[in-house]
Amino acid sequence: MSDSPVDADEVRHVAELARIDLDREEVEAFASQFADILAYFDALDEVPEVEQEADLVNVMRPDEVRECLSQEEALANAPETEDGYFKGPRVS
Amino acid sequence: MTAQALEQRDLAVVIGLEVHVQLETNSKIFCGCSTEAAEDEEPNTRTCPVCLGLPGALPVLNEGAVEAAVKVGKALNADIPEETSFHRKNYYYPDLPKNFQITQYDAPICRDGTIEVEIEGERRVINVRRAHLEEDPGSLQHKGGSIDAADYTLVNYNRAGTPLMEIVTEPDFRSPREARRFLAKLEEVLEYLGVFDATRDGSLRVDANISMVPADEVDADGRIDEEALAAANRTEVKNISSHKGAEKALAYEVTRQKNAIQRGRAVEQETRHWDESRGITVSMRSKEEEKDYRYFREHDLPPLRVSDWKEKIDIPELPDARRERFREAYGLDVEAASKLTSTKAVADFYEDVVEEFDPDLAATWVADNLLGELNYRDMAITDVEERLGEFTRLIELVDAGEITRKNAEEIVLRRMLDEGEPPEAVIEAEGLGTVGEDEVERAVAEAIEENPEAVEDYRGGEGGAINFLVGQVMRKTGGSADPGDVNAMLRERLDE
Repeated sequence: MSDSPVDADEVRHVAELARIDLDREEVEAFASQFADILAYFDALDEVPEVEQEADLVNVMRPDEVRECLSQEEALANAPETEDGYFKGPRVS
Repeated sequence: MTAQALEQRDLAVVIGLEVHVQLETNSKIFCGCSTEAAEDEEPNTRTCPVCLGLPGALPVLNEGAVEAAVKVGKALNADIPEETSFHRKNYYYPDLPKNFQITQYDAPICRDGTIEVEIEGERRVINVRRAHLEEDPGSLQHKGGSIDAADYTLVNYNRAGTPLMEIVTEPDFRSPREARRFLAKLEEVLEYLGVFDATRDGSLRVDANISMVPADEVDADGRIDEEALAAANRTEVKNISSHKGAEKALAYEVTRQKNAIQRGRAVEQETRHWDESRGITVSMRSKEEEKDYRYFREHDLPPLRVSDWKEKIDIPELPDARRERFREAYGLDVEAASKLTSTKAVADFYEDVVEEFDPDLAATWVADNLLGELNYRDMAITDVEERLGEFTRLIELVDAGEITRKNAEEIVLRRMLDEGEPPEAVIEAEGLGTVGEDEVERAVAEAIEENPEAVEDYRGGEGGAINFLVGQVMRKTGGSADPGDVNAMLRERLDE
């Protein structure tokens, strides 16, 4: 394994998928931070095995309609709205 | 294989479909918001923290959607695996408020099904690779121009979370027509099951994969050499929303790919968008690949173990089974039985009519006369659903001898469809009521008196002479007598 498990190209690719614009310094900073973050997970190797609870299966609800939020409530957190719609930048 | 070699060879078309159908449930797939759009409803009025993707909201699976999926699996003769589960498909686009879509990935609820389709008189088995549950995204409006040139985007999440089933076929279609037939049959099966409403806007959406292989790589059973299939570049056509649209979009794509190959150019492997209004497909230049979706398990939804539901859930009689029953119970031939079970509405109407009339007579009226005239007018039985009682009355009128069969078929039925009039009104307006027996008897007597030569011929053993006499009587009665009755009456008189 190289010293950085996530390289700059991978950071750029993931940033592009998330539509986030990063400059070169940020790309490098994130690449090295990823290495640190992933290293934290090594701590899990030290955790002893514990008995786990039985897994749930078939958790479902009946097909019944419940009350919805009002339009006002639904849009309450939106930075911009127009005629009851969420408003956002152009996408393509 | 190079494009240069390919351009010299005959080409065969290979098509596979991914069909998204909206399942008919009351509430959304992971929350209790209604799936029923009110007329002229306001945007963002059927949402809640779950379908808006608000932090901390947890999805809970709708049992009704799972039942519908199991019904579909049963109808497709598919396997319902012991355990199925949900995944997150990650992509960043505002139609999904969570930045991922909950769908199924490596453990779909249905696998390895089949649908039989009649294609150009031949029964073909189309293999369904998988069918899985997922949530519908919301809808976007690109304001101020096309997608690329819009000023901004408006988002409505009323549709977000509507239950969808994605049905994926093997590449088993050899023409756009076959793909269309399959879609029609699939819709019919889903409607028989009561899990789908074709009249709902956007209830059927299709993505089609299409490629060309050398025709000699297809064997007599229609199987394609796997290497040849893998070597061929395919395009995925998105945004198809009807059977007709599918046939048109695929026909366009066949021509486009053939032209490219014949000019020695390779078909580019890409995603294309069907532009219904312009009747063409356009490249979408999508850069994302399957691995970019970073599928991972949706741990907010525990796995499902519902393979035993297959025994517990009943499904209604499906078109193919109903066809076989019609053949046995009513003694119909394959063609009539197929026509009469082509849609649930037609089959139901036939079973109404057959309660009152002879099965063959009922079949002729429904399959040949009514469906024939409807097809000719590009109408379906659902367009005249409210008036089916009028067609039954027309058959009753013929049966009671109040109108001849010929007039009923050629005049009354057609005017009923064209003018929207009930049968009695047409008969009255056209003066088509059958003439009284007296009048026919008089005409028979006259015909015998006026045509001694024909009478002589008939008595001399020339059978054809009777037809001439029948024709004379029909002319005298203006075509409103029953030719069979006239024939019998003439024979009776002449044989005395």
